[in-house]
Amino acid sequence: MVVFDKPHALNDIPFHYCPGCTHGIIHRLVAEVMDELGIEGKAVGIAPVGCSVMAYNYFNCDMIEAAHGRAPAIATGVKRALPDSIVFTYQGDGDLASIGMAETVHAAARNENITVIFVNNAIYGMTGGQMAPTSLPGQVTQTSPYGRDVKQCGFPIRVCEMLATLDGPEYLERVTVNNVKQIRNAKKAIKKAFQNQVEGKGFSLIEVLSTCPTNWGMTPQAALKWIDDKMIPYYPLGVYKDRTAAAAAVEKEEN
Amino acid sequence: MSTDTKEFLFSGFGGQGILFAGKFIAYKGLTEGKNVSWLPSYGPEMRGGTASCGIIISDGAVGSPIVSKPDILVAMNLPSLDRYEASVKKGGMIFYDSSLIERPLTRTDVKAYAVPATRLAGENGFPTLGNMILVGKILAALGEYNEAGVNAALAKVISAKRADMLELNYKALELGANY
Amino acid sequence: MADKVLMKGNEAIAEAAIIAGCRHYFGYPITPQTEIAAYMAKRLPKIGGVFLQAESEVAAINMVYGVASTGTRVMTSSSSPGISLKSEGLSYLAGADLPSLVVNVQRGGPGLGGIQPSQADYFQATKGGGHGDFHMIVLAPSSVQEMAELTVHGFELADKYRMTSMILADGTMGQMMEPVALDALKVGEPVEKPWATTGTKLERVHNIVNSLSLVPEELEELNFARYERYKVIEENEVMYETYRMEDAEICIAAFGIASRVSRNAVDAAREMGIKVGMIRPITLWPFPKKAFKDSLATCKAYISVELSMGQMIEDVMLATEGKAPVTLCNRVGGMIPSPEQVLESIKETAARIGGNN
Repeated sequence: MVVFDKPHALNDIPFHYCPGCTHGIIHRLVAEVMDELGIEGKAVGIAPVGCSVMAYNYFNCDMIEAAHGRAPAIATGVKRALPDSIVFTYQGDGDLASIGMAETVHAAARNENITVIFVNNAIYGMTGGQMAPTSLPGQVTQTSPYGRDVKQCGFPIRVCEMLATLDGPEYLERVTVNNVKQIRNAKKAIKKAFQNQVEGKGFSLIEVLSTCPTNWGMTPQAALKWIDDKMIPYYPLGVYKDRTAAAAAVEKEEN
Repeated sequence: MSTDTKEFLFSGFGGQGILFAGKFIAYKGLTEGKNVSWLPSYGPEMRGGTASCGIIISDGAVGSPIVSKPDILVAMNLPSLDRYEASVKKGGMIFYDSSLIERPLTRTDVKAYAVPATRLAGENGFPTLGNMILVGKILAALGEYNEAGVNAALAKVISAKRADMLELNYKALELGANY
Repeated sequence: MADKVLMKGNEAIAEAAIIAGCRHYFGYPITPQTEIAAYMAKRLPKIGGVFLQAESEVAAINMVYGVASTGTRVMTSSSSPGISLKSEGLSYLAGADLPSLVVNVQRGGPGLGGIQPSQADYFQATKGGGHGDFHMIVLAPSSVQEMAELTVHGFELADKYRMTSMILADGTMGQMMEPVALDALKVGEPVEKPWATTGTKLERVHNIVNSLSLVPEELEELNFARYERYKVIEENEVMYETYRMEDAEICIAAFGIASRVSRNAVDAAREMGIKVGMIRPITLWPFPKKAFKDSLATCKAYISVELSMGQMIEDVMLATEGKAPVTLCNRVGGMIPSPEQVLESIKETAARIGGNN
């Protein structure tokens, strides 16, 4: 009896991610959701520039590698050309919330019918641990060696909260993957984000708080705990927008 | 430039129908089997600024589409006359709206045609068609005015659905041709 | 004979793109090419196409990248400052070997510059247009009819060679109206695109559209292969027009609006008995090197007429291998050389080479 197997939507190429990094878990969740929804054959994924730059090797569906930050624009093009395909981007915090902020905000504002997996680990991983737009106040990074000084370089950006101010997006939720319960919850959110696209509901973004033990300078266990202790207080988990649920609630109240 | 080429410069305020009048002249040439070009000035101002366009009508291929020494200048306001009067070729023609331009021409080596186009247009119930009155006058002066020709060109620049506009434009052309 | 309509150059590009089967346009407003976007906004939704005003030129070119990845014909258009923004995407399109059509209706620069015509993006267009080793096929129309014809041709070359075709026009070409015969446009058979990311349908190994290659030996091979393809293009796709070159001793090199102005000057000079002709490159890349080299049989001097500080002149010099002097006749910043200025340049050149006879 098989008790644990690789999802079909992932292939056999070993991940290049560092030990203790939670990208692998998030990849797996996305792949499991593709399997469960039976959408791999019509899925087109867009990989970013960042640690997940080579995600195109890992997913079995058709994949496109984007320029830094441009994944939502490319996804827009793919979805507009192939409306029946299932298009997702997989982006880190530098990619999505710094260099690609305009593309992110406008894809959301247009309610593009795409799914965005936003991996927030509060640091630039691939280039070796520089300050990200989501690095916490006081956080030490290679380019904030004395801790992020908000007077000098400003405050972190809360992407879900910001996008929730827009009328455009359908669904925005922040989750994490630092324990089994949270992983289950994250999968539920990711599945909903893809299901929304299948149903034509529009722009769904799942922000996943993720670890970077290497660049945070911690053991994997300490990194998982740092999410609870430091990240969640600044980036509270939860649903920031769910247009369909909100509309249903209003309807229920009116009845 | 060979004698079978005519270069027109239309100039006036934005909103006077300068570009439209030029387009009509270009289409008239096209419907008669000539080679034509139409080049507008373009700038940051959308309304109220100066509008101009150069049209070349030729039996041969049109080389440069830029009209810097027109055979025929149409000036629908004073700034246009001030700016372009000197550029007209010796022996050329200047048509100007004498209801908006009070000064006489300074050039004596060109033929001048003063038409109070804006006033005539207002008096005849089509106040926005002073441009076409001037066009009628040009065609008549060139000996190129005929009903079939202008109607063929009008049909190209005005949609058949706007029969009312077709008729008014034709009236304006007639008025100019007979002025 | 085909029925002719008067169209602006910008509109002719847009309509020709539709005739070529393009149903996806992404752009951002910028003078003097916005008519293309406006035309597409009006037409595409009515024929099942997609017009989208992007949040920036950067986004627009990446939307193009997305559509191109699916193997679908797609275009964007802009003017000089906007093309600089798109240059990132142009490099990625080249690196991923994606076909697309990009229109640059040039205006005076550098920086925000002006909005009047220019040809000062010649280097940018012909020598790469972004980082890395790559070329675009660069097509330079000199009439509104050619704006339409080269648009169709550009799409077909893009598909055939999996690369970007750029229409390098200028403000005059975009804004002027001339008669166009649209039914004269010929559209070829569609090209198979087995590499496109259209979904595996679980029937094949996944396709990857990508420009990343971290192993230097592999990236080198990709570059070599791309340049082999460029060689084929240089051999087969060169386009140019000669004008009164039969016995010419002086050769004008000019494209686009500069060639229109030069044509008048050539005619005027010929009337004065000066043996002058013109080579008008239609493909700026690949550049018609052989045409210029062959012209050395009769030509003793060359004049490059440009709306730039002298960019194409370098290609003319390379093509003529230093065997004849090449001088520049130019205006910049949105100014256009007059036929008289070009004629003066021809007369000076004639006087200079006359002494050697």
